[in-house]
Amino acid sequence: MADVASDVLEIIAKQAKVEPAAVSRDTKLADLNLESLDTIELIFALEEKFDIEIPYNANEANSAGINFTTAGDVIDAVAKFLDEQKGKA
Amino acid sequence: MNRVVVTGMGVCSALGKNVADFSAALKAGASGITPISIIPSEGLITKIGAQVLDFDPLTYFAENKLPLYDRCTQFALVAAREAVAQSGLKFRGGIGPQTAAVIGSGVGGQTTQDESYRRLFVEGARRCHPLTIPKLMINAPCSHITMEHGITGPSFVVASACSSANHAIGVAFSMVQSGAVEACVTGGTEAVFTFGTIKGWEALRVMAPDTCRPFSKDRRGMVLGEGAAIMVLETRDHALARGADILAEIIGFGSTSDAGDIVLPSAEGAGGAIAACLKNAGIAPEDVDYVNAHGTGTAANDATETKAIHAVFGAHAKNLAVSSTKSMHGHTLGAAGAMELAATIAGLRGNFIPPTANYNEADPACDLDYVPNESRNKAFNVGISNSFAFGGHNAVVAVRRA
Repeated sequence: MADVASDVLEIIAKQAKVEPAAVSRDTKLADLNLESLDTIELIFALEEKFDIEIPYNANEANSAGINFTTAGDVIDAVAKFLDEQKGKA
Repeated sequence: MNRVVVTGMGVCSALGKNVADFSAALKAGASGITPISIIPSEGLITKIGAQVLDFDPLTYFAENKLPLYDRCTQFALVAAREAVAQSGLKFRGGIGPQTAAVIGSGVGGQTTQDESYRRLFVEGARRCHPLTIPKLMINAPCSHITMEHGITGPSFVVASACSSANHAIGVAFSMVQSGAVEACVTGGTEAVFTFGTIKGWEALRVMAPDTCRPFSKDRRGMVLGEGAAIMVLETRDHALARGADILAEIIGFGSTSDAGDIVLPSAEGAGGAIAACLKNAGIAPEDVDYVNAHGTGTAANDATETKAIHAVFGAHAKNLAVSSTKSMHGHTLGAAGAMELAATIAGLRGNFIPPTANYNEADPACDLDYVPNESRNKAFNVGISNSFAFGGHNAVVAVRRA
């Protein structure tokens, strides 16, 4: 789980073009100035990294129970999908 | 300046392979969205689309022609035959040299491209079929229309993603209006039900898993469609002189660019194109009765388009009938503008407003009259058809009862 958390934070930092140290669980994604395509690129990067499917639909505010407000939300979602799809977290 | 009229129209779509069937389905509010069956859906997350079902190319084409005809070319040729036949114009040995062909397409021969790359990359084939390039090139549908009908004036394809067909019709309109040509065969075609293309669309995270519900609060995105719609445009003088049946008059075209985001729509850009179209047509906002909306069913488009309509039409916005026929024939991308102009003209001719199908629930951000679920028996005079594309290309066409 600790590895997942640090990998997710690193991917978010890379997408937001900030230093990894600048992103923690409490960081709000909105504060990272992620633009229209950044969210779907971020999800693609997470899916590739962890070999999971994240059923995100940009048309829905709370798509498939995913609410990406903070970096911690993203970590928790990845852990959940890893658990469901790969049986490990 | 010539007045420009439509004297022929043809459609090959999920709602029918001719205008009569297409028009009847629109009037009935029938949706052509079904489970994807023309290609294997294994490995696809998106399982639905508006496909042209039961389409056997051998019904329309000699077998020896098919190695040159991608599915998008086949659709264009089927629709063009209907349009040209209805117009009664003779191009070969007739006005072919004074006629243009301007066709819109977003991506061209995807079936051919996907299949040939699959053979190379997956099956380890060492060579492509010799006709791969002339079959997949985006201009092939336009080229085959000129060859089949003997059109020898200017011909080319216009590509602006989901605005391609409206831009093509706009260019055709200008060419006939200016007198550069006497007639122009125009419209759009698209055939994107291939594994690679659908995976690409899935990755944008905008595809609806259920169906296309434009302007409805519970909308979940867009649904791909395929097909072609083709029109024959002609100077009104020429059409009157030969006693042709005039289906509608094209009265204006407007287009703008957002110069903003590559995928997010802009109310200013969209509204600017509508306003430019009305100005070009020389009509007031109050003259417009019906808007065939871009209405993709995405969260962003439908609210933004509603905002644009309010901005341009002011108090008259509430009097407009606004519908998205994508709810029935799907989003046909580079063919969309032509298919939706065909729907608008079908309504003009049949005295009905096509509905927005699959509409469930009012959205405060979408507060216009979307003609939910059932077509409305109503004669109208002026309709506009909106297309707003990825890339920020906006294009709007206006038509009037002839």
